[in-house]
Amino acid sequence: MKSLDELNRIREEALRKVNLRQNNAQYRVLIGMATCGIAAGARPVMKTFLEAIDKDQLQVTIQQTGCIGMCIHEPIVEIIDQAGIKTTYMQVNASKAQEIIESHLKQGKILEAYTHVTK
Amino acid sequence: MERTHVLVCAGTGCTSSKSLELVKRFEEDIRMKDLQNEIKVVKTGCFGLCQKGPIVAIHPDKVFYSHVSLGDVDEIVNEHLYKGRPVKRLEITDIDEETKEAIFEFEKIKFYAKQKRIALRNCGTINPEDVTEYIALDGYQALAKVLLEMTPQQVIEEMKKSGLRGRGGGGFPTGSKWQFAANQVNDEKYVICNADEGDPGAFMDRSILEGDPHSVIEAMVIAGYAIGAHHGYVYIRAEYPIAVERLKIAITQAEEYGMLGDNIFNSGYKFNIEIRLGAGAFVCGEETALIASIEGKRGMPVVKPPFPAVKGVWGKPTIINNVETFANIPAIINNGADWFSSIGTEKSKGTKVFALGGKIVNTGLVEVPMGTTLREVIYEIGGGCLNHKNFKAVQTGGPSGGCLTEDHLDTPIDFDNLVALGSMMGSGGMIILDEDNCMVDVARFYMDFIVDESCGKCTPCRVGTKRMLEMLNDITEGKGTLQTIADLEALALHVKDSSLCGLGQTASNPVLSTLKHFKHEYLAHVIDKKCPAKVCKSLLDYSINKDACKKCGLCAKGCPTTAITGVLGKEAYVIDAEKCIRCGACVQNCPFGAVDRA
Repeated sequence: MKSLDELNRIREEALRKVNLRQNNAQYRVLIGMATCGIAAGARPVMKTFLEAIDKDQLQVTIQQTGCIGMCIHEPIVEIIDQAGIKTTYMQVNASKAQEIIESHLKQGKILEAYTHVTK
Repeated sequence: MERTHVLVCAGTGCTSSKSLELVKRFEEDIRMKDLQNEIKVVKTGCFGLCQKGPIVAIHPDKVFYSHVSLGDVDEIVNEHLYKGRPVKRLEITDIDEETKEAIFEFEKIKFYAKQKRIALRNCGTINPEDVTEYIALDGYQALAKVLLEMTPQQVIEEMKKSGLRGRGGGGFPTGSKWQFAANQVNDEKYVICNADEGDPGAFMDRSILEGDPHSVIEAMVIAGYAIGAHHGYVYIRAEYPIAVERLKIAITQAEEYGMLGDNIFNSGYKFNIEIRLGAGAFVCGEETALIASIEGKRGMPVVKPPFPAVKGVWGKPTIINNVETFANIPAIINNGADWFSSIGTEKSKGTKVFALGGKIVNTGLVEVPMGTTLREVIYEIGGGCLNHKNFKAVQTGGPSGGCLTEDHLDTPIDFDNLVALGSMMGSGGMIILDEDNCMVDVARFYMDFIVDESCGKCTPCRVGTKRMLEMLNDITEGKGTLQTIADLEALALHVKDSSLCGLGQTASNPVLSTLKHFKHEYLAHVIDKKCPAKVCKSLLDYSINKDACKKCGLCAKGCPTTAITGVLGKEAYVIDAEKCIRCGACVQNCPFGAVDRA
């Protein structure tokens, strides 16, 4: 170890490894992953979120959650901010997930269009 | 990209209930579900709640599982990790007293809610075998700050200002100790970490070394810089194999990353650490005996002064600090002395780790601010006595400490309060005793330990403790008189006054404190020849309650001395007191609770 900069570089990199054990995520993303969710395509949705978080270094944690009873509207994605305010997106697919990431997670803008049922 | 971390406790407690097999099974099951890129299994140090081990924590869900067995792993992986449904039956819960609803969030569980973790800050959060995880949580920042921005004297001033006192037992101010060593003009000085934790029932030092070894390494380098030393020893007992192993890994990694060695942080300062294994002698926790042991001599204390700060290992100025003391130091440098001194009481700053043991619901490791009351620790965090029995006493400070009673429960815990009550902080062992514990027997247990561990160098300790043990044996066997008690007390005071080192000087504490607070139990043993807690076998009488006896004969069948007679199905059984050896087998064999002990 030759300098503080070097230490801080290691720290930044390592922080990604332990961050999800800390309580400091900007958003928590909950994805319904019960049988109904998985059948409706929740897995590709989760993959999209995971890849985006990794690529853009977002301060976001992903949690799987069980069935909340609205199986017909799965895959359901809930986004909770630090104040505890919850936004529920329904019938999400990989491309919608990408839009949600760009708008909600990166710019803080809720995508109203996907928060209610369309069909 | 990882979304979930499965933290499995790999401390000594949980490892002994096979947590390492859990790690393997989790990894296998996760691979079978093809989740290995999303879910990582991490081995961590102690979570503190050893009673409920093996402990598994799932993040970021903040779900805490207790008593996890191999058979539970499939369910956790299938239900929780795959489908997102936490396995409620395994979760640690508390009941909210107002709403009567179960609390699942572990920060709100009483065991954790009252704690403040400084020394244990990383235990149960990071993988102790990965230095980068320590660095991620501000590890080695304090060392960088000290080496790049502070002079040695500034470091010492910061320690003095923080009010940190030695956590190994004595409570000596750490800053002053460093100042003494720094004032010595000598080109060779040493830093020693005392990890010879020997009190029965204390395991905080082991847990820190197992869960967060880098915090100790970082602090030792800081201490070395402050006093002008370039070499450090960790003196640790060989009975702690996991701690030794993790420490070795940590030292190797610290060397690789340049936290140990030459020219640390390009500051020109160099420091090295060596491990010295002790064979587990209790006296080697005493600093002069410890130094002798490091030098390869027999571990025996010598007269102080000269203090180690003047003439220590190899005759050179040496500071010796305890593991927990060291673990506090990086946090003090990072957050400032003012932050640290804002926690705790007027003369005892910061927090203290206690190892809860004995007749308590939540056996384990807790860290609370100084000034927390015994009642809060025992009842709110510890959950009270096992099986709703009545609390009798709490033994603090191990064989050097004493017993405190119910009257003392509201005393704020700090160094000076405990000493004033005739006990001491010690390293922080806290053994809870209930109505079924005989206080004379407890004193006898500790004296037995001391007799084994006395090094034999000075007469008061070598002979005095042995004679005290004999007197205590007499009392528990019903051979004691009032004179025995008077002799015991007088001898206890002599040993306390005239022993060479801390071991002998404090060896009488369990006797003196039980005599002070539980004199009536001693008197019952010598006058009534009865043991009120029904522990001392020689003083017990067994009899069979005729009305409760179902004449099944099981008691007679199990009696090793054929002291019980009766007629199967016809006549109630009776015990012949002459033949009875008071082994208690009949009590255990009787399915109807018809055998009385008095």
